[in-house]
Amino acid sequence: MAGGGQVEKRVKYKSSVKDPGTPGFLRIREGMLLFVPNDPKSDSKLKVLTQNIKSQKNTKEGSNKPPWLNLTNKLGKSHIFEFENYPDMHACRDFITKALAICEEEPNKSAVSTSSEQLSIKELELRFKLLRENSELQRLHKQFVESKVLTEDEFWATRKKLLGKDSIRKSKQQVGLKSMMVSGIKPSTDGRTNRVTFNLTPEIIFQIFAEKPAVRQAFINYVPSKMTEKDFWTKYFRAEYLYSTKNTAVAAAEAAEDEELAVFLKPDEILARETRQKIRRVDPTLDMEADQGDDYTHLMDHGIQRDGTMDVVEPQNDQFRRSLLQDLNRHAAVVLEGRSIDVESEDTRIVAEALTRVKQVSKADGETTKDANLERLERMSRLAGMEDLQAPQNFPLAPLSIKDPRDYFESQQGNVLNVPRGAKGLKRNVHEAYGLLKESILEIRATGLSDPLIRPEVSFEVFSSLTRTISTAKNIIGKNPRESILDRLPKSTKDEVLHHWTSIQELLRHFWSSYPITTTYLHTKVMLLQFPNLPIPELAIFIDS
Amino acid sequence: MPAIASKQYSDDVSLLVLLLDTNPLFWSTTSITFSQFLSHVLAFLNAVLGLNQLNQVVVIATGYSSCDYIYDSSLTSNHGNFESNGTGMPAIFGSLLKKLEEFVTKDEELSKEEVSEDRIPSCLLSGSLSMALCYIQRVFRSGHLHPQPRILCLQGSPDGPEQYVAVMNSIFSAQRLMVPIDSCYIGVQNSAFLQQASYITGGVHHTPKQLDGLFQYLTTIFATDLHSRGFVQLPKPIGVDFRASCFCHKKTIDMGYICSVCLSIFCEHHKKCSTCGSVFGQSKLDDASSASDKKRKAPST
Repeated sequence: MAGGGQVEKRVKYKSSVKDPGTPGFLRIREGMLLFVPNDPKSDSKLKVLTQNIKSQKNTKEGSNKPPWLNLTNKLGKSHIFEFENYPDMHACRDFITKALAICEEEPNKSAVSTSSEQLSIKELELRFKLLRENSELQRLHKQFVESKVLTEDEFWATRKKLLGKDSIRKSKQQVGLKSMMVSGIKPSTDGRTNRVTFNLTPEIIFQIFAEKPAVRQAFINYVPSKMTEKDFWTKYFRAEYLYSTKNTAVAAAEAAEDEELAVFLKPDEILARETRQKIRRVDPTLDMEADQGDDYTHLMDHGIQRDGTMDVVEPQNDQFRRSLLQDLNRHAAVVLEGRSIDVESEDTRIVAEALTRVKQVSKADGETTKDANLERLERMSRLAGMEDLQAPQNFPLAPLSIKDPRDYFESQQGNVLNVPRGAKGLKRNVHEAYGLLKESILEIRATGLSDPLIRPEVSFEVFSSLTRTISTAKNIIGKNPRESILDRLPKSTKDEVLHHWTSIQELLRHFWSSYPITTTYLHTKVMLLQFPNLPIPELAIFIDS
Repeated sequence: MPAIASKQYSDDVSLLVLLLDTNPLFWSTTSITFSQFLSHVLAFLNAVLGLNQLNQVVVIATGYSSCDYIYDSSLTSNHGNFESNGTGMPAIFGSLLKKLEEFVTKDEELSKEEVSEDRIPSCLLSGSLSMALCYIQRVFRSGHLHPQPRILCLQGSPDGPEQYVAVMNSIFSAQRLMVPIDSCYIGVQNSAFLQQASYITGGVHHTPKQLDGLFQYLTTIFATDLHSRGFVQLPKPIGVDFRASCFCHKKTIDMGYICSVCLSIFCEHHKKCSTCGSVFGQSKLDDASSASDKKRKAPST
């Protein structure tokens, strides 16, 4: 074993697993790994710097495999060394591990001293994604960043918006509650015996606690002090069963017997209290009709009975009835509220306590103080004023201003500023001009139409010039005068021209943002930007014609 | 008009309303004389009437201070008992020339009254456009079978910016009626009104370079009826001069202020719009300039 900073072993070097291996010597020194083959003629001499080694793997001693050490370098290439025995391999491995550890400290230090913007892998991924999706961006990126006109950071600095938006999209989406009534579950029955089995999942428990605060309160009170969880749920489902039979007499009887069962059978006091408070807080200037359906305590005669029957109920047993509509409304209210707690725990008790806490907080927020009440009353009386009882109001009248349309036309004659000419001079001119005109008319009356009307050469000239005008106009403008010259070019040229334009825009943006030039960095940047090598698209053939 | 069997009615029956520029101030300054011009125009009208038996032509003279109908080919009183003086003048245009002479005399009388005003020597385009559109409207209401109307504006006088609003209103009415306004400009300067008129209504605008070949221009470009324009290529101008004139001074401007309520154009900042009466708020430019004034004042004191 070599001591100090060097290890030297007899090994076989394999470039891949199947390679039989070239025998030689492996010398490991600080910072470097050297493999020299025995055969001087073979060319598998290898020199690897420790900084380039990314990781190492080795075969286990207990397995039947020969002792191999697999080094992967940063480029992904792997070198496999077969040792003579395991202790050799372990020694080398330890040495390399130490060297790697030393190497790792250094890049960390150097990384901190370089640019302060440490790019996370996530950001790099985002950038690659954007480049992949937007081919125009990719072209610009290739053109500028790879030709070293702009650096990566500068390129992306103007595109923060693109990068930012994506990350927002990645934020977690909160999952809401199911709209299906999970709490109204049907048990599975065993055909032979009278047993029914209920399956409880945390989701169901959460729903039950959210919809029925009395049950939640009972759970906190009774479990684990008075009964176990299993007993609690058994009692709860017994109560549910009693509800479903609609036998209020039996329900009343059982409630009288079992105190805890009674809690489940009675109407939910907590809920009733909450609803009453909500009703009190409702602004009466709004439509009250809509709130009737929310009234938990008095919902009786309308709504769908679960089995379509309408039976008469004795008044004292009134409280043991429950209708489908009540359940549906309560469930809907809870679903719309969403998940009010973030606790996802298996433990029922924790869930119950969390829900209670949330409800208490919201209740505390909602409680109105005396001042708030007074203010509310005042606002109500202000808004609900009765018009016919109020004093007559005399609003100041604003008169209609309808302008005389003649003003519009007359104003158009308005002041006219022109090159002034002497009035008299004009008069004379006009008179002369009229005289000339009249002479012309007399002339034509006398002589008739001129003969020949038009000389053939002139006619020919006119024809050719018109033809030329029409054909050139067609080439320049095209059949559609509103078509732009850009549309007349073939697609590839048009794309090139547009890309040229966007790259010029990009360069200009960076150029002008560097002003005023205060540092040498900006100066070099400006110099670079002034003379980029932009390929100018071939437009020459289209200009001629 | 005698009843026409619908079988005889083809797609290319057209009604041409010609607006003839008789502004004496223009005609005294041109290379071509008015008589030569008239012979080109009259021959052209003959040609149009010859293209289809049912074609109609109406001529409106655009004078310096007034406009009037001079000729209507559908009136039967044109033909017959007119003394042709043994000259080469076709009898069909005898009444046209007579009426033209009367019109010029009347126009002279009118212009004598208002000559004290200084204005650009423009012709009354807005007036003749309105008269043409009224005639066309009457034709539209005459029944199912009517020729397809179009307006041809033969003008050489420059634009009068005081007529901007009226001309634009007529142009928009023509656009509504779907009547194309062709324009042949034989003057020296460019006429923005005519370019805009042709552009908006879908007509043809052309500026002939050789005035002694005017007849050729007229028959090649302006004689095509609306149906044939679907498959005949006519020369198109490359650009259109879209400048407007301001409502306060009637100057032609490219940049100005616009009232956001009624879209009236002003060349300078006003406190109130003169058309609709809405009060303008203070413009941002004013704020900026007053702020910089304050800034400049502070260090100097």
